[in-house]
Amino acid sequence: MSSVITVAPMPADEQETTTPAVEIRGLHKWYGAFEALGGVDLTVAAGERLVICGPSGSGKSTLIRTINALESFDEGEIRVDGIALTREPGTVEAVRQRVGMVFQQFNLFPHLTVLENCALPLRLVRGLPAPEARERALHYLAKVRIPEQADKFAAQLSGGQQQRVAIARALAMEPDLMLFDEPTSALDPEMVKEVLDAMVQLAAEGMTMVVVTHEMGFARQVADRVIFMDRGKIVEEGPPQTFFTHPREARTRAFLQQVLRVH
Amino acid sequence: MHFADNVDYPALLGRPIVFLPLLALLFEALRWWNFAATAIGRGLTGLFSLTGLTPAADNVAVAALATVVVGFNLAVVMRLKLRRQVYIVWLELAALILVFFYSFNLSFDFIARKIGFLITQGLVMTLYISLVSIAIASILALIGAMAKLSSNGIALGVANFYTSLFRGIPLLMQIYMIYMGLPQLGYVVGAVPAGIAALSLCYGAYMTEIFRGGIESIPKGQWEAARALGLKPNATLLRIILPQAMRVIIPPTGNQFIAMLKDSSLVSVVGVWELMYLARTQGQSEFRHIEMMITASLIYWLFSILLELLQGRVERYYGRAHAR
Repeated sequence: MSSVITVAPMPADEQETTTPAVEIRGLHKWYGAFEALGGVDLTVAAGERLVICGPSGSGKSTLIRTINALESFDEGEIRVDGIALTREPGTVEAVRQRVGMVFQQFNLFPHLTVLENCALPLRLVRGLPAPEARERALHYLAKVRIPEQADKFAAQLSGGQQQRVAIARALAMEPDLMLFDEPTSALDPEMVKEVLDAMVQLAAEGMTMVVVTHEMGFARQVADRVIFMDRGKIVEEGPPQTFFTHPREARTRAFLQQVLRVH
Repeated sequence: MHFADNVDYPALLGRPIVFLPLLALLFEALRWWNFAATAIGRGLTGLFSLTGLTPAADNVAVAALATVVVGFNLAVVMRLKLRRQVYIVWLELAALILVFFYSFNLSFDFIARKIGFLITQGLVMTLYISLVSIAIASILALIGAMAKLSSNGIALGVANFYTSLFRGIPLLMQIYMIYMGLPQLGYVVGAVPAGIAALSLCYGAYMTEIFRGGIESIPKGQWEAARALGLKPNATLLRIILPQAMRVIIPPTGNQFIAMLKDSSLVSVVGVWELMYLARTQGQSEFRHIEMMITASLIYWLFSILLELLQGRVERYYGRAHAR
């Protein structure tokens, strides 16, 4: 990481006074006999940058996908901005309007132009008139530095550009919380940086972020807290300084050795 | 030509080992068929004044001439640009078909007298029945596909039964059942509404499967992205999933539209004055059936071509995001 933007840690007093962005208590999920989540407790404060890492199949993607109800859960409770997440349409819609998400595979809508990708949800969900939706979409495309691609289709962009459009599309909804599910894992190496830069900038602006990633450089630079998951449980958590230099658990040490050797 | 390789394989017809035996085969077939005695053969004989010898010699001469013409034609067309090749081959084949029709010694005077009525009554009725049925069938198909993809057991059961019944019974039977069966329930239905109902229900059942397949071909990431942005189910389906599914849905649906245009002729069995009915009845008075049949066939073909062109335009519209 060579970005010049530095991210100030969150002031401690702010943490206590505001409602947590996410509160998860005793979360369990099974796929048949397989336990995907085995009793997860997690609180994400407003403004916090949380990085979740862990081996594949550890449940980290499943966990963040439960936060906006893309995955169901079997036991426990989730509150997002104080709203208890149930299966009722009202609560799910309320939560999804507050939570933006960026996927590993970008998931841009291929039949729409870049601009329409960002503007259509604004019209359909926020009820903005077309000119305002367009204006706001352009504003956020400028933020991720690709306003000039607005009239292209997704397939005409590089992977890094597509992922930045996906970030702009989520941001245009002006969410309180952003979820990133391995946002750089499907990218060619030379495109990772442009996406991470956009995320670093977002963090610097104070966005609450939950990021599943193997980019340990990003975690070191941006995260307030790093969580290590294995077999559906949180094994270890801590601020990045102690997490990377003095991991307590053997499993964490083994995992860090693996990813740091690669990156 | 969807995804061409970068290898210039020699054209199949350009290889003498294919080309020459093919011509030999053609010559032998024409000779065996006694081509000189056919209408086209007689035309060739007259054109080149090949007569005078024995019928057997005439036959060989005409078969050889036809073979040379075909061979020369192939050799020339092979050297043209692709688009021109397509047009020329298309027109030549169409000309052959027309010559075939012409060889029936048609009374064009009779056709000229009848074609006005065939169009103002028959074609108008055929188009009316087809277009209304196509519209209703599309709506039925969308509802059917949504029911088949839903987690509602009742909707699923109804949709499964519907497609099974209306795909499983001959369309002709469905027309009879609606026209003659509904009055048993106390509702007397006209012949045209009965025909439209049968066509819509039958083609709606086929198209339900096409729509379902199209919707299922869209990756689940598209649903998830729409949901994560807060789109409600109807908006997700209509604005995100269906427009993408159209690329898969359009080609087989175009097939269905063309098939329906022609299957609307089945409605003639309940006495609707559409194209096929008139073609069968108008020829009777002067015993000129074949004139009316050929005229009706050409009208059906013409409108099938129009539907093909329309399908091409719609395909390009929904495929524009994938054009490079």
